[in-house]
This record gives sequence, structure tokens and C-alpha cells, in this order.
Amino acid sequence: MKPFEFQRATDPSEAVATATADPGTRYLAGGTNLVDHLKLGITAPERLIDITRLPLDGIEELPDGGLRLGAMVRNSDLAAHPQVRSRYPVLSQALLSGASGQLRNAATTGGNLLQRTRCVYFQDVTTPCNKREPGSGCSALGGYTRYHAILGASEHCLAVNPSDMSVALAALDAHVTVLGTDGERSIPVTEFHRLPGDEPNRDTVLEHGDLITAVELPALPAGTRSAYRKVRDRASYAFALVSVAAVVDFEDDGGAGTSAGPPTFGTVRLALGGVAHKPWRATVAEEALRGAPATEENIRQALEAELAQAVPLHDNAFKIPMARNTATAVLRELATGSGTGTPTPENREQP
Amino acid sequence: MDAEITLHVDGRERTFTVDTRTTLLDALRDRLGNTSPKKGCDHGQCGACTVLVEGRRINSCLALAVAHDGATLTTAAGLADETDLHPMQRAFLDQDGFQCGYCTPGQICSAVGMLQEANAGHPSAVSTGDGPTGTPLNDEEIRERMSGNLCRCGAYVNIVAAINQAQQAAPQVRQES
Ligand SMILES: Cc1cc2nc3c(=O)[nH]c(=O)nc-3n(C[C@H](O)[C@H](O)[C@H](O)COP(=O)(O)OP(=O)(O)OC[C@H]3O[C@@H](n4cnc5c(N)ncnc54)[C@H](O)[C@@H]3O)c2cc1C
Ligand code: SF4
Ligand code: FES
Ligand code: FES
Repeated sequence: MKPFEFQRATDPSEAVATATADPGTRYLAGGTNLVDHLKLGITAPERLIDITRLPLDGIEELPDGGLRLGAMVRNSDLAAHPQVRSRYPVLSQALLSGASGQLRNAATTGGNLLQRTRCVYFQDVTTPCNKREPGSGCSALGGYTRYHAILGASEHCLAVNPSDMSVALAALDAHVTVLGTDGERSIPVTEFHRLPGDEPNRDTVLEHGDLITAVELPALPAGTRSAYRKVRDRASYAFALVSVAAVVDFEDDGGAGTSAGPPTFGTVRLALGGVAHKPWRATVAEEALRGAPATEENIRQALEAELAQAVPLHDNAFKIPMARNTATAVLRELATGSGTGTPTPENREQP
Repeated sequence: MDAEITLHVDGRERTFTVDTRTTLLDALRDRLGNTSPKKGCDHGQCGACTVLVEGRRINSCLALAVAHDGATLTTAAGLADETDLHPMQRAFLDQDGFQCGYCTPGQICSAVGMLQEANAGHPSAVSTGDGPTGTPLNDEEIRERMSGNLCRCGAYVNIVAAINQAQQAAPQVRQES
């Protein structure tokens, strides 16, 4: 590990000014990804700015009924927050399905959004990797691709984004609040992470020195239901092969369905994890299901239309039926009310 | 580059100089001679290095010592009081919750932190609904909440039994948050 200078930030704007002026500077939050990368030699900054003592660790109600999550809130505290659990169960479930109790106690909202791919070649500095070293080539091309992308990849990079939290935030249409030298701006999570294209070294649209200060969750219409499900190689403490975040509302009876048949979808917001370089909003499926009866057949067909654009690699064709089946199960359960996370009038109105 | 830091470790205040690259785990083991937390993977993947920082369990291998200047740490070696083992340590002995023992200090710190989280109302991935949590936890909850601690000897069954014994020994009701 290369020696580095250590500084503690006391003011967000000062931290941004210092970091922006010096390309050798990185922010340190929980450290669960960055310290790993320092050890592996993936990054070798000259200076770390510790941002964990900045006053960005609150969770606040927004005037429009949404919620503002500070960038320094630890993943475990965010998942346990009563308002998050009752109003945004998809987010609580996504956080709890990620990493371990110890890691979630350290990991922050901002760090989770910016965690980098777990592609084995990216993490092994002895192998070529366009993301780590632009222009060096992609070792996953023709390599081991069980954990790689089926959607939106490029010939330059096949990696997937590993975050569970970000998949839930994409389905929730959350916004990331970013402080740059020109002041604060708000970026939709769906536009925050990038597809690799010919610049796989850039995971997100952030510029060097930008500081994430918060994530904002929008208010959800009454009767909204949401859920997260993750499929992986072991029951816990493993990254997703495929994951699904769904946020839906219904046109008719609030979603319980009737003896006459299943309810009719209103808005469907569906994001897939483990399949692309960014959380994948399944917009084709969403369109197909808007205003459609929530039948197993309709849901399955919508997912098949979405996944028609998937391009399987040597070791991961299984992800296509896995994504279809997992998303179908989640949407069906939300429609029949057997899934988790039905906000009731009582818990929606808690202060 | 060097920095002077102070850590409160198992009830003792220690002020010393570290290279900024030093992890909390290496500071404890190599600088302070506290070899209770173990280095298994050094990458956050096994839990052998688990310690309590301000009462919360974390992986000390992924924490920089300088970033924790001023912190209060408890390792498994500091859980017991002068006369008695901590109920979690007693339970691991009673239930044969280990074989080689390498993962054990991490398991014990993790289990102590884990029960506190449950009593503070923290849910897990297998908790249902959005109601309160709290001890006693069922076996499924214990296994999920302890999944960040691997045991290469496969002592899992007895580790769950030990945590069961410890949570029965000190039943607690959930604190309203
Ligand atoms: C063994 C293991 C298993 C894991 N399993 C999962 C899993 O199943 N699912 C999952 O989602 N995650 C998993 N993780 C990843 C974990 O969630 C991330 O490491 C964590 O969320 C990163 O947060 P942090 O605060 O520790 O970030 P850090 O490591 O401190 O920072 C990460 C990056 O973000 C930058 N950064 C941090 N905060 C800000 C900010 N506010 N503004 C600008 N830049 C910032 C840092 O400079 C750095 O580049 C796992 C990690 C490990 C080690
Ligand atoms: S898939 Fe992306 S991250 Fe993995 S080796 Fe190729 S370029 Fe690097
Ligand atoms: S040594 Fe820290 S998690 Fe393995
Ligand atoms: S007792 Fe040997 S690793 Fe757990």
C-alpha cells in the first residue's frame, strides 16, 4: 500500500474544495470497499479525507412527504429506521440482504452507492481490466463470466454493479444529492450509475471531488407496495446473481384482488440487480404492465419482452430465466398481498 | 505517514503513533499486543477480526486505525469482568461452540453485538413484517444475523446453541427506540 496523508473533514464545502483541487485525494466513509481496494492496489491515493464525522448522518421527513437520508447514515441504521421499514420496505429489505451485520454497521449510504464491481479480474491487479486500467483490455471476455452482465454490457466491460441498495433506490425513483464546487445538484439514481460503453472506468456520472450529501426518497401514493428479493450462491453473505426490486400500486381495490380475479396494476416500477453495469430499470416490462390485470401470464410475458434484449455470456445464460422467474414471483406476491411490505394507513401517517 | 492516536481498548487508554495505513486489526495485534481479534481473510469476508467499536460490531480489518482516533473498543478478551466470564463466553464453553477456536473471538464479539442490535429493534433479512424485533431470536434469525462469521471447522450448530443459551441467560426486552 502506498503511503497516504490522512485528513479529517469538518466542513463539506471545504472537503469538496480540497478534493476537487487534488486528483490524488479520495473520500473515506465506512472504508469497507475503499480499504479493501487500498490493500488490493486497485487505488493508490496520496490523501484520504475522512468524511464520517461530517454532520450528514440524519434521516429527515421532507415537506412533500418523502424522506431525506444523510450520506453518512450507516446501512444498518437505515434498514432499521421505522419510517424506512414501514413506507419503503423494498429499501430496508435490500439493505438487509447485503453484506453482513458487521459490514452494514460500517457501510454508509454514500459509500454503498459508490461501491465498485466485484468482477474478479477487476480485483486482481495482475490481470488486464479496462475499468481499472483503461485500454488494458477486458479479462472477462472469454474468461469466467458467471457473475457478469446480461444487459447493457459493451465489448469493453461486462461487469455488474454489486449494490443491493442501489437497485431498491432505482425502483423508488430516488435522487442523489451531490455537492460540487458549483454547489448542490440532484441526480436521479437511474441516471447516476452508467452503462460501461467505451469508458468502463467511470461507474457513475460524478466528477472527481463531488461529495454525496444525501439521498432523497419521493413520497409514494397510498396503497403502494414494494419488495426486494435476492438470489445468490449461498443463503446469506453473498452478492446477488440476480435481484429484483419492485414498487407497485393498483388501479382498483388497493391490490387485494377479489374473488373475481387479480387486481389491475397502476404504476409498476421494477429494477433488476446483478444483471448490468447499473441497476436495470425494466422499462419495457413496466410499460407492458401499466393498467394490465396482474395475472401470472401477463407478468411473465412482460418480463420476457424485457429480457428479449438480454445477451448471455458463456457462463451466465441461467440469469435470463432466473431474472424472469424471480421478478414474476415478486410481482405476483405483491399483487395477491402475500408479499411483504403493505403500507397501512396507520403506519403511513406516523411522524 | 505517521499519526498519533488514542484508543480505549478493553478498558485501557492507549496513545501511540501509527502509520496511516494501519488497520484497526493490525494496530490491536501488532502495536498493542492484543491478539484476541484474528486475521482470517483481511478483506471483510470471514468475521474473525470482529470487535465492538462504541458497542457496535465491525470488521477491524477494513477499518483504518487513524479514522477511529478516540474510539472505545471491546475485544473478546475484554468482555469478562474480574471474576466471571461473559455469559456469551460461558455459553460457547458449555455448548462446545468451537473446535480450533480461530474464529471464536470474532464469533463471540459478533454474537454480543448482534443481540444488542436485536434488542434495539434492528430487523434482519429473515424478519417478517415491520413489527419490533428482540430476543429471544429463533435459530433462523440467529443464523442470518451471524452469517458474517465463518467457521472453517463447521461448529455452526453448537455456535447457534451457545447463542441460544446466552440469550436465555440474559433475557432482555426491546428498548423502545
Ligand atoms: C465481504 C463483503 C461482502 C459484501 N456483500 C455485499 C452485498 O451482498 N451487497 C451489497 O450491496 N454490498 C455488499 N458489500 C459491499 C458494501 O455494501 C460496501 O462496501 C459498502 O456499502 C461501502 O460503503 P462504505 O461507507 O464502507 O464506503 P467506502 O469504502 O468508505 O467508500 C467507497 C467509495 O465511495 C466513496 N465515497 C464514500 N462516501 C462518499 C460520499 N459521501 N461522497 C463521495 N464519495 C464517497 C469513497 O471515496 C470510495 O471510493 C460487501 C462488502 C464486503 C467486504
Ligand atoms: S468485465 Fe469490466 S471490470 Fe471485469 S475485467 Fe472486464 S473491464 Fe474489468
Ligand atoms: S479478517 Fe476481517 S473479515 Fe476476515
Ligand atoms: S472453530 Fe475453527 S474456525 Fe471456527
